[in-house]
Amino acid sequence: MRDVAVIGIGCTPFGEKWGSSFRDLFVEAGTLALDDANLSGEDIDAMYVGNMSAGRFIEQEHIGALIADYSGLSTRHIPSTRVEAACASGGLSFRQAVIAVASGMEDIVVAAGVEKMTDVGTGASVDALAGAADREWEGFVGATFPGLYAMIATDYMSRYPLTREQLAQVAVKNHYNGARNPIAQFQQEITIDTVLKSSLVADPLRLFDCSPITDGAAAVIVAPFDRAREFTDTPVRVLASEQASDTITLHDRRDISTLDASVTAGQRAFKTARITPKEIDLVEVHDCFTIAEICAIEDLGFCKKGEAGMLTMEGVTALNGDLPVNTSGGLKACGHPVGATGIKQVYEIVTQLRGDAKGRQIDGAKIGMTHNVGGTGATVAVHIFGV
Amino acid sequence: MSVARFWRKIPQRYNLIGTVCKTCGRHFFPPRSFCPDCRRSGNVVEYKFKGTGTVVTHTIIRTASDQFEDLTPYALAIVQLDEGPRITAQIVCTPEDVKIGMRVKGTFRRIAADGASGVIYYGTKYVPDE
Ligand SMILES: [Zn+2]
Repeated sequence: MRDVAVIGIGCTPFGEKWGSSFRDLFVEAGTLALDDANLSGEDIDAMYVGNMSAGRFIEQEHIGALIADYSGLSTRHIPSTRVEAACASGGLSFRQAVIAVASGMEDIVVAAGVEKMTDVGTGASVDALAGAADREWEGFVGATFPGLYAMIATDYMSRYPLTREQLAQVAVKNHYNGARNPIAQFQQEITIDTVLKSSLVADPLRLFDCSPITDGAAAVIVAPFDRAREFTDTPVRVLASEQASDTITLHDRRDISTLDASVTAGQRAFKTARITPKEIDLVEVHDCFTIAEICAIEDLGFCKKGEAGMLTMEGVTALNGDLPVNTSGGLKACGHPVGATGIKQVYEIVTQLRGDAKGRQIDGAKIGMTHNVGGTGATVAVHIFGV
Repeated sequence: MSVARFWRKIPQRYNLIGTVCKTCGRHFFPPRSFCPDCRRSGNVVEYKFKGTGTVVTHTIIRTASDQFEDLTPYALAIVQLDEGPRITAQIVCTPEDVKIGMRVKGTFRRIAADGASGVIYYGTKYVPDE
C-alpha cells in the first residue's frame, strides 16, 4: 500500500444558501480544491462524492455522473462514484479516495461531499434525516433523529454525572470556535443561558443542542505521498483511514451511551498510525448533538466514560485547552450539510496542520483526527493526519 | 410508508409476533429466521411476545415529522421486553411521567395517519403497567 497525502482542499461557506443550487455548491468547492492544488480538471483520475439524500432533498439521484459532468469532466469519462452512509457519507467518500490511491489503482483523486437541504420544509427534512435510522422499527413508531440522540442523553445522564450545564457548554465552545471560522454557518458566540432558554426539541435536548439544517459542499484532493510535492509545499499525510459498523437501531446496541463503532474505528486508527490518543493535537468529532460530542471524546479514548462533560467545562477541549475539539465550530456552529460534513472535517484538520487557521489556529499542531458518524452510530469513519 | 410495506409487517406490528431459537432460548423481535449464536445448529420458531417490559431510556418528542406532528408532545422510549429483545415505542401517558425502570405493557393503537392517502396506520404502543 502506498502512503497518501492531501494536496488540495476547498469548502463553500456553510449556511442557508437560497441563491445556490446543489450544482453550484459542489462546483464551487471543487474549483477551490483544484486551485489550491494548482491542478486542472485534466489531472483528475477519479472522483468520489459523499451525499446522503439528494433524492429526498432535491429529487435527484445519479450524483456521481452529475458532479463529473458539471465539473467539466464529461469528455474525459473518469470514474465518478457516489458514496452514501447517512451523515458519514463524506467520511466514507474520503476513505474510498484514500483506498483508491493507496492501492495504486489511481493517482489523483477528488473526495467531495455535498448536501442541499433547504429546498424542502422542516417536516420533510426531519423525515429525510430519520432515514439515517431504521425506518421500519424506529421511524415508523415516531422516532425522530434528535429523539434518538435524546434517548442516548437520558441514558447517559442517568448513569454518569453529566450536568445540563456541561452539555450546554459543548454548544457554547463550538459557537466560540465558529465565530472564528469564516465558513461557519453561525458566527456569533452564545452563553449557557442561550442553550438552556432555547426551546425543547426532544427532552433533554434543546434547539441549541442540535446541529442546524445546512447547505454546503467541500472537496479535497488526495495523491500518492511520493508525488505530493509536485503539487503543494504543504502536503498532509494520511496516517490512518478506518471505518466500523454497528446495529442500525439504537435499541439493539450493546450499550446505549457507547458508540462501539467509534470505539472500534478509533482503536484501529491509533493502531494503524502507531500513536496514542495523547499524541493527537486536535480532533474534529461528530457533534450532531451536544451529547454526541461528549460520547465521541470518551469513545475515541481521550478520557474515561463519564468524564467528558467535566473536561469540557474545565476548558480542556477549548481552543486553548490540551485537546481542542471541533476548532471549526463542529457540526453545531459550522453547520451540518450532511454529506459534506466528513469532508469539511478533513478540510479543517488540513487547514490547521498547514498553520492557516488564523484566529482559531492551534499553534504547532502536527497530528489531527477526524471522526464522522452515520445515523446513531451504525457507521463511523475515523482518520488521522500528520505533518 | 406505502400500504404494501406496512401490511407486510402487520403480524409483527399488531400482535408482537417474533421468533425464538429453541436451541439457545434467545428471542428475536423483529423476527429473525437464523440464530446468530447457534447458526446452523439453531432451531428458530415463531413466538408471540407477552408484550410486557421495562423502560430503558426515554424522551419527549416535541418536533416531529409531518406524519406525527399532530401527536406532539409524545413520549418515546426504548423498552426491554421481558423475553430480552429491545424495541423503540411510544408510551401512552402523561409524557413527563415516563421514568427509567417503569413497567409497561403493549396495547393496540393508531400510530400515524398519512394525510395524503388517508391511510391510518395501527401498531403497538405501550402503557404504564404498575
Ligand atoms: Zn440460538
